[in-house]
Amino acid sequence: MAAYHDYLLHLADNALILGQRNAEWCGHGPILEEDLALANNSLDLIGQARLLYQHVATVRKDGKSSEDLLAYFRDVPDFKNYTLVELPHRTAILPTSSGDRDYAVTIARNFLYNALMVQVWGALAASTDAQLAAIASKSLKEVQYHLRHAHDWVLRLGDGTDESSRRIQAAFDYLMPFTQEFWTASSMETAAVKSGAGVEASAFKDEWDVMVSDTLLAATLQVPASTGFVTTGKHGVHSEHLGFVLAEMQSLARAHPEAVW
Amino acid sequence: MSMNATSSGLTLPLGTLPCLPDGPLAQIQETHEYHFVWQLLESVTDPEIPVVNLREMGILRAVRQGPQGLEVVITPTYSGCPAMGQMEDDVADALSRAGVAARVITQLAPAWSTDWMTSEGREKLRAYGIAPPVKSACAAAADAKVVAFAPRKGLVERETVACPQCGSVNTTEISHFGSTACKALYRCLKCMEPFDYFKPY
Repeated sequence: MAAYHDYLLHLADNALILGQRNAEWCGHGPILEEDLALANNSLDLIGQARLLYQHVATVRKDGKSSEDLLAYFRDVPDFKNYTLVELPHRTAILPTSSGDRDYAVTIARNFLYNALMVQVWGALAASTDAQLAAIASKSLKEVQYHLRHAHDWVLRLGDGTDESSRRIQAAFDYLMPFTQEFWTASSMETAAVKSGAGVEASAFKDEWDVMVSDTLLAATLQVPASTGFVTTGKHGVHSEHLGFVLAEMQSLARAHPEAVW
Repeated sequence: MSMNATSSGLTLPLGTLPCLPDGPLAQIQETHEYHFVWQLLESVTDPEIPVVNLREMGILRAVRQGPQGLEVVITPTYSGCPAMGQMEDDVADALSRAGVAARVITQLAPAWSTDWMTSEGREKLRAYGIAPPVKSACAAAADAKVVAFAPRKGLVERETVACPQCGSVNTTEISHFGSTACKALYRCLKCMEPFDYFKPY
């Protein structure tokens, strides 16, 4: 069962960490509409993470898990999100999340993640775990809308000005190798498939490839090669960036561990 | 059900997204014994759109007899909707003020859909200045016509949304996202007024 709980945490951590990252745009969006868009996107993702953490806390039956403990009192090696979702909003590899953000990276990452998650949630809506199926049915509707938003912006930036095209291309060139992590095997996914409750992301590689290549083609962009390295975030081995995300996200809860709303 | 069979059977050309089977429409149990509770909850409105009540929004799902007594079932809208806790409290408050002992149960499945909004609820939204949802997000995707030589097309066909002020369908989307998770921002090109559009979900 522990492997299946890890699988649920993997789904939850992806949503929480990307939700936290996208929320960095709140008050800093390139235009007001996009500021609102990313705040709404984060609201949905954090809502999905909450439902999944609550589900983990319920199925663990250890009385020691709660959504707050899972979100705020675990450390870097405990998080099972893809490395992709913890990266800062820019292409240069720098040690902290402060500094200039590039909206092209935000859009490219949201597109790559949501193109996968519409498939994953679509399949999980038929999970043998009734609660996971219920969460998936809701999440599917939300990520479809997030995909539509990111897709529109990929087209607009790719087929826009020379500058916008250069930057969204650079964003895809930078991010594409991180997507290889989607297709690697993990014991938690294998266990989830065996139980009938989960899916392996690698089952959707063909659909994802078509979505990505068709969209980049329509946006007059090159599909970059996914080569070079394979990240291991879902195994708990993360980039240096996740520690900074957690420090910001968890500091309040850790400073006031008994606080309630 | 084998998840592998489901997933390998999926082939999704661009323009088609996975859709859920249609959820059952509101099963409103108008039996005599629960009629009083339904009547009572007519006064509980959406905290963010106070002109519509929870029944009209399709959020109030059932009043039923559970193992521990009367149960009122509500369903959340968006996963992260901050108004959900308020709605739960408002329902519990209305029940206790009327002296009705009942538990409020939040149930995720089947997932809430804007298709469950009643026609009177839609009319109230329009009168309030919010364009009601045209059709469900899934129906829009299923109907989408992909034209291969028109690369400017989005993933789904855009809905024709009528301006709640003047009724014109000559409107345009300003932003996918609006003041709350459930709305998008539109502008009428006839009367030039901006307005909220309640997104199909």
